Amino acid sequence: MNKLLILGAGTGGTIMANKMRKELSRDEWKITIIDQHKTHYYQPGFLFIPFGYYKKEDVIKPKQNFLPPGVNSIYQKVEKIEADANKLTLANGEILNYDILIIATGTRINPDETPGLKGELWHKKIYDFYTIEGAIALGKFFKTWEGGNLVINIADNPIKCPVAPLEFAFFADAFFTDRGMRDKVNITYVTPLSGAFTKPRSSKLLGSLLEEKNINLVPDFFLGEVDNENQKIIDFGGKEIPFDCMISIPLHNGDPVIEESGLGDDFGFVPADKHTLQSNAHENIFVIGDAGNFPTSKAGSVVHFMAEILHENLLCYIENRPLTGSFDGHSNCFIETGHGKGALIDFNYETEPLPGYFPLPGIGPMGLLKVTRLNHYGKLMFRWIYWHILLRGKDMPIDADMTMAGKKVD
Amino acid sequence: MATKNYAGVTVDVNEEGYFTDPGQWTKEVAAEIAKEEGIDLTDKHLEVLDYLRTKFISGEALSIRGINKSGVVDVKTFYQLFPGAPLKKSTKIAGIPKPSSCV
Ligand SMILES: Cc1cc2nc3c(=O)[nH]c(=O)nc-3n(C[C@H](O)[C@H](O)[C@H](O)COP(=O)(O)OP(=O)(O)OC[C@H]3O[C@@H](n4cnc5c(N)ncnc54)[C@H](O)[C@@H]3O)c2cc1C
Repeated sequence: MNKLLILGAGTGGTIMANKMRKELSRDEWKITIIDQHKTHYYQPGFLFIPFGYYKKEDVIKPKQNFLPPGVNSIYQKVEKIEADANKLTLANGEILNYDILIIATGTRINPDETPGLKGELWHKKIYDFYTIEGAIALGKFFKTWEGGNLVINIADNPIKCPVAPLEFAFFADAFFTDRGMRDKVNITYVTPLSGAFTKPRSSKLLGSLLEEKNINLVPDFFLGEVDNENQKIIDFGGKEIPFDCMISIPLHNGDPVIEESGLGDDFGFVPADKHTLQSNAHENIFVIGDAGNFPTSKAGSVVHFMAEILHENLLCYIENRPLTGSFDGHSNCFIETGHGKGALIDFNYETEPLPGYFPLPGIGPMGLLKVTRLNHYGKLMFRWIYWHILLRGKDMPIDADMTMAGKKVD
Repeated sequence: MATKNYAGVTVDVNEEGYFTDPGQWTKEVAAEIAKEEGIDLTDKHLEVLDYLRTKFISGEALSIRGINKSGVVDVKTFYQLFPGAPLKKSTKIAGIPKPSSCV
């Protein structure tokens, strides 16, 4: 019996378990998926929690609900991967062997790497919203906060869902306006990028939205340390910004097991081919999603597009054929802009986000690179799609390859 | 595409002045670009430039975090060597593209 092991039952691992169980004969392939947690978190929902738009119940479901019959699930932490021996060790000491391993361990915030960030003000005046704990604690804080300097800071890239911090800024503007206290909250967006966003055209759209909403932008800021006593953040060049409440998007790393197993780059991301998704170091290891060092967004939509390619390449690999699936870096993100509106961007490794219509050329219904009410509903619908279609590995009416149809190039 | 002349060498650059062909780089060229940026190149600068070029050529992404882990230079010194926007300045002088943080 051949063994396919999937490490991580988050977005990518769950989709692959569903796709591959449908594909591979149960007489020939045993599929096992491993995760340390039994709860699946809908991470895009974390953004909505601090503002009371979603509650905890809205973003959690048991992982088991999304795994198909015929997939063996183990809820244990993986302590070590011995890639040269094709085996891994679980926290309870159990050893598992594999013929093929899919690494889908995601990424996580690492506030400990920045001096002072996880100091005495952590979750008192400094909050993250990339963990469920951070998002809930911040929601409580906002309920009674009387205002002051609200600083939103990205420590350095890469981060998960690069538009989420901007959405947070737009939501904060809307939230404090609705509460009649926007004049008491001075919002500053502090980023290592040279503008609101990296890709030129979306940076322009998003930059002018910041201006429109009276949100200050501080670019080229690489967080060096946090001064808890004087409540300010300081960059490596010595620039200082005071805060009364700071929303931190800390440095991101791969899961520690990657580094401990010698499989990661400097930050614990697994080096893999950006087109075939095969590990550079081991041909029977494939990588999907945030765990890889792929030069595209660490986002759920990317994971979904990757899954289709990985499905194809696993079959090629099993049948001893050259890998024909080639991922183009396709990413598709709804961006909440506050007050019931949103924007949408669609891009890949080579093409920056362009204006136009999506998914049907000339018709839409979604407008690309502009703010509309429908794009906001798209984002809200995404949660339903995520639970009911995406995780279960079902097809969606959107191609894995990005298309230029419907896009305007000038 | 534009060209520029440094130390008697004609190099191809993009609209922001970054090299489009890192192969056209020499130390003499670097010294002239550095002058434009108000920097006098020292051995320490060259060591950093060498690190950046090696990383870039091996296809790895460049970042401030990575510099901190490189062992070549700590970030504080990196800022002193290339004041203001060190990653942007140093890559320009190193004759490699401006790092585009992944989105
Ligand atoms: C605030 C926020 C907003 C976001 N908004 C969006 C959005 O609007 N649109 C979008 O497309 N994406 C968004 N994302 C990103 C999206 O959620 C992730 O990119 C996606 O979930 C990544 O999937 P993954 O499978 O790579 O990793 P994950 O889903 O994070 O799964 C990794 C799994 O591996 C397990 N694991 C790791 N290490 C071990 C180990 N050693 N042993 C056992 N188990 C292990 C973890 O427990 C986890 O379950 C957002 C994320 C955040 C935080």
